[in-house]
Amino acid sequence: MNFFSEAKSLIKVNIREYGMYIALFVIMLTFSIMTDGLFMSSRNISNLLDMTGYTAVLAVGMTLVIVIRHIDLSVGFAAGFMGAIAAIMLSNWGVPVYITIPVILVLGVVIGMFNGVLVASVGIPAFVSSLAAMLIFRGALLMVTEKTGTIIVKNEHFNALGNGFIPSLGEVGGLSVLSLILGLVVIALYVYFEFANRRNKLKYEFEVVSGGIFAVKLVFVSAIIAYITWIIAGYNGFSWTVVIMLAVVVIYHFLTTKTVLGRHIYAVGSNPEAAHLSGISVKKITYIVFGSMGMLSALSGILFTARLQSATTTAGTLFELDAIAAAYVGGVSAAGGVGKVTGSIIGAIVMTSLTSGMNLLGVGISYQYMIRGGVLAAAVIFDVLTRKKRA
Amino acid sequence: MSDYILEMKSITKEFPGVKALTDVSFKVERGEIHCLIGENGAGKSTLMKVLSGVYPHGTYSGDIVFDGKVQTFGKINDSVKTGIAIIYQELALFPDLTVYENIFAGNEVKRGGIVDWNRTIVEAKRMLNKVGLNVNPETLIKELGVGKQQLVEIAKALSKDVKLLILDEPTAALNENDSENLLDLLRQLKRQGITCIMISHKLKEVISIADKATVIRDGRTICTLDAAKGEITEGVIIKNMVGREIEDIYPKRANKKFGDKVLEVRDWTAYDVKSGRNVVKNANLHVKKGEIVGIAGLMGSGRTELALSIFGNPKSYKLQGDLVVEGKSRSFKHTSDAIEAGIAYVTEDRKGDGLFLLQDIKSNVSAANLHGIARGGVINQNEEVKIANEYKKSMNVKAPSVEQIVGNLSGGNQQKVSLGKWLFVGPKLLILDEPTRGIDVGAKFEIYTIMNKLIAEGMSIIMISSELGEVLGMSDRVYVMAEGRIKGELPIEEADQEKIMQLATQ
Repeated sequence: MNFFSEAKSLIKVNIREYGMYIALFVIMLTFSIMTDGLFMSSRNISNLLDMTGYTAVLAVGMTLVIVIRHIDLSVGFAAGFMGAIAAIMLSNWGVPVYITIPVILVLGVVIGMFNGVLVASVGIPAFVSSLAAMLIFRGALLMVTEKTGTIIVKNEHFNALGNGFIPSLGEVGGLSVLSLILGLVVIALYVYFEFANRRNKLKYEFEVVSGGIFAVKLVFVSAIIAYITWIIAGYNGFSWTVVIMLAVVVIYHFLTTKTVLGRHIYAVGSNPEAAHLSGISVKKITYIVFGSMGMLSALSGILFTARLQSATTTAGTLFELDAIAAAYVGGVSAAGGVGKVTGSIIGAIVMTSLTSGMNLLGVGISYQYMIRGGVLAAAVIFDVLTRKKRA
Repeated sequence: MSDYILEMKSITKEFPGVKALTDVSFKVERGEIHCLIGENGAGKSTLMKVLSGVYPHGTYSGDIVFDGKVQTFGKINDSVKTGIAIIYQELALFPDLTVYENIFAGNEVKRGGIVDWNRTIVEAKRMLNKVGLNVNPETLIKELGVGKQQLVEIAKALSKDVKLLILDEPTAALNENDSENLLDLLRQLKRQGITCIMISHKLKEVISIADKATVIRDGRTICTLDAAKGEITEGVIIKNMVGREIEDIYPKRANKKFGDKVLEVRDWTAYDVKSGRNVVKNANLHVKKGEIVGIAGLMGSGRTELALSIFGNPKSYKLQGDLVVEGKSRSFKHTSDAIEAGIAYVTEDRKGDGLFLLQDIKSNVSAANLHGIARGGVINQNEEVKIANEYKKSMNVKAPSVEQIVGNLSGGNQQKVSLGKWLFVGPKLLILDEPTRGIDVGAKFEIYTIMNKLIAEGMSIIMISSELGEVLGMSDRVYVMAEGRIKGELPIEEADQEKIMQLATQ
């Protein structure tokens, strides 16, 4: 097989996955041209990624919930509520940050598990139980913010999670040094893991892509990471939000693709009866997935509160729908068992890019909603069609 | 000249790759009760589906003459309009609607397009009287027992001026009392001039009620027996049902040697909360090391339920009795406990609850034993591919690679993947539920060979099967189940088709 026919067949097999990256690329390119490069400016990209942060972590959790054939509508107000609790702990009770954050995350797990119990053990449809939870959290959020209205958070360390950047350690030509180092480390790790993986496969005498394709892939991906790093380093460097988001993605990507737990989650989603007969506890998996969703809601609440430097009475409104949309744009299937964490992150970035780009172009809010709705529909239609073709 | 209400003339029906019916002729006289008998998969249900228009005119060859006219049913409604009603084994009632709503569902009593509920209730009462069911028509269906639900189905059929009533195993889910009532009702309907076709596996019932009985085997009509001539007896029916030659496709095993009991169940009863009845009743059985134990019986005889109740009880039956595995009394809370104790269950429904169809071969093979290839919860994916490749090779799974999606494989290859998944667990006792259903002869032989190899390696096997040839060809000992009970245990030397069928149709 020569280089081009191999590349062609790779694209054909992975069309769904690559399609999303191509779509993101097209969206970014279009906006860059239409805004004379403003869209790809350091400032805008940095902002865009920070804006993505709190929906992206929700989308990661939501992906797993949808994979096991459920849904969680309560995540938005759960995030808002827990963000408010964090604000109260910090501002009113004077609890230090390093205690507040773990407490809120644990609270998230507990809240999520409660949903899991209702769904898995009591047998209430997730749509209904999480709808009920959504109303409850909305009420709870109003209650805790009732007396004071907006709760201002003055703790600098906490607020840095939403607005701050990692230390720069000096600048080279206006670029933050630590961020550049971080980017280089990521590239080095990527190349190392790709080589290790390839070596391992060769050791087991498995088929691998040809050397040419392998080299092109390495250079291409490294170049993208380098480019993004360069852009971001030009505006204060990596923000804490982005670092946290990347950490969540890396951890969840690892969990879902490399571990027994991850495989069990996909097994339950793809055929719960078969999973049960294979000795997998469907209940336990459901608890874990909802528990993780709760924890990520808490994290999302923390990021959002830190970004606004305050907890508001409407925090979290419609976050759940943004997360669900991101997951579907990212390729999860409502039929269960299919969907990647990395896909959902890209889905989240696609959705925020649309918002950001249209804001720069001054597109009216009414059109913005319609266009985002159209993109969501188009993504799912593309998904259904490519799946049909393969079956 | 007899007055035939129904004549089906040389019906042939083919599915891709299979001839389900070959030149079947079937005649029913007006006003008789005609039983249709045959093994699972003989073609009875297919024939009835042709008759009722489930398979529309044009998808089969041959003629259907009903009430003196050649009929070309394009859909089920057409056959209903001419007066044919089928009552399936799985009742088609709406559990959350009332009795009267159910009786007239799809056939509403209307005036000017608006449902006349008062007249509906009056009419429903009349129909309920006809079938001798004394319940308030406003009762919800789910509050009735299965026997009464069956009667509501019949009332529903009667409301449509039925001339020919077809019942598919109507007593399969009923207790003795309800069965007797139902048979009485059929006799009564016969006096009112309604013709009836009944599919049944219970020969006693057939003998007590049938005017005629037609036996179908391998998609062909074998004979029609007449009660008036004294032809409907157990012996004659069984002989005609099983008369097939057993082909010699069963590889022999040398040096049979049996060890200690691997599994024993004593006075084992399983109560299914959902259907409200005992699906397994007082079963006693054991399996020795190195033995293949066959469990024969017809569909719905409680074989699968018995297997599931042993295999960690995934359907949450209420269990009674003792379960002993390798000399130790056990009680499994989850399938994972059973797997840990060395039991594996290969399901009869590989697509429904056996395989992850959207996933690839390697993920399916490793699904039940991921911890076996993981360290600290992290899977060694290269090891996974290696092991999947080994099973693919040793079982001759035909697929380009282990990355192939299982949903795209043929039935035989899917079954091998399903088997591979359980062999990777390393069980001591393998329960195979209909291991060769829906797969071709070549793949069957391969699976039998694998079974023998496993036995040689010291495993024990319980094989549940509806195919008598397979049971007789592969087992060392045979249990026969009917109505949730183990009706008999036969050493292989004493077992033959007639004996098994006799026990299975008691």
